[in-house]
Amino acid sequence: MTFVPLGHYLALGAVLFVVGLAGVLTRRSALVTLMSIEIMLNAVNLTVVAFARYKGLTEGHALAFFNIAVAAAEAAVGLALTLAVFRLHKAVDIDDLRILRR
Amino acid sequence: MGELVLFYVLAAGIVLSAVAVVLPPFGRNPLHSAMSLISSFFFLAAMYVTLSAHLVGALQIIVYAGAVMVLFTFVIMLLNLGPDDFGEPRIKGAKLMGLMLLFFIAGKIWTVFETASKEAKPVDLRLPEYKDFGGVEDVGKEIFTSQVLPFELVGVLLLVAVVGAVVLAKKRLDYVADAPPAADARLGHDHGAASTASASHGGGHP
Repeated sequence: MTFVPLGHYLALGAVLFVVGLAGVLTRRSALVTLMSIEIMLNAVNLTVVAFARYKGLTEGHALAFFNIAVAAAEAAVGLALTLAVFRLHKAVDIDDLRILRR
Repeated sequence: MGELVLFYVLAAGIVLSAVAVVLPPFGRNPLHSAMSLISSFFFLAAMYVTLSAHLVGALQIIVYAGAVMVLFTFVIMLLNLGPDDFGEPRIKGAKLMGLMLLFFIAGKIWTVFETASKEAKPVDLRLPEYKDFGGVEDVGKEIFTSQVLPFELVGVLLLVAVVGAVVLAKKRLDYVADAPPAADARLGHDHGAASTASASHGGGHP
């Protein structure tokens, strides 16, 4: 029985995390920054699920479930903040954003 | 052999879609980024299924591609933003430096994990104790027995997040008692409202 080594999954998770990190650091739009954060959360999820499969632990799947719930909460609050910022500044460029009020 | 081929196909899909989120090939429209992210989520869901995490794969599609990304596309279309640009880097050669550093970090993590997991073999799912591994019953039992406290806390977190999102996205914070009357429709009185919003959060009246 052939199998994919665990290191492959972990490496894929690491690459995905770095791609998300690059998005957070380089893009200026708050929306794309939030999407990059979702990529990073998914990279962590992939790592957790891979470990769960290799160790035979269901706890990993529960952790992934909680991670998805937290990511959904984060997206909701982040998008609401983006909306509030857009109402104030008419833009969502986080390089020009310093204060959350007028 | 087939497992490896499937893994590499899915991994290529995941990474290419994720790169297309950060560096969209056709301009910098945020909607293109959102579509690439949805495609990345679908590839990831397929990979979860190959890892025998059926419930997590289904949740990935239902929650991420279904709910979170609909919220994203809704906000993108609501704001109707033009394409953004990367802007001028503050340091000369910052992009090259950052790219090199990112590859360095990725390679470093790769090496650590390769050496750490060289002999790790997956458990045999044909054993009786792994019956229905990653299915709804298996994960549900785990969540509702030994993980019940985190589950309840996640429920509270989601409630707080929903209430916070609604309050933040409100057009006018008129419910704040001592805010001066609004001069115009779009947060003309925001100075007073923002400072009192947190104070009245606990005992404020609607």
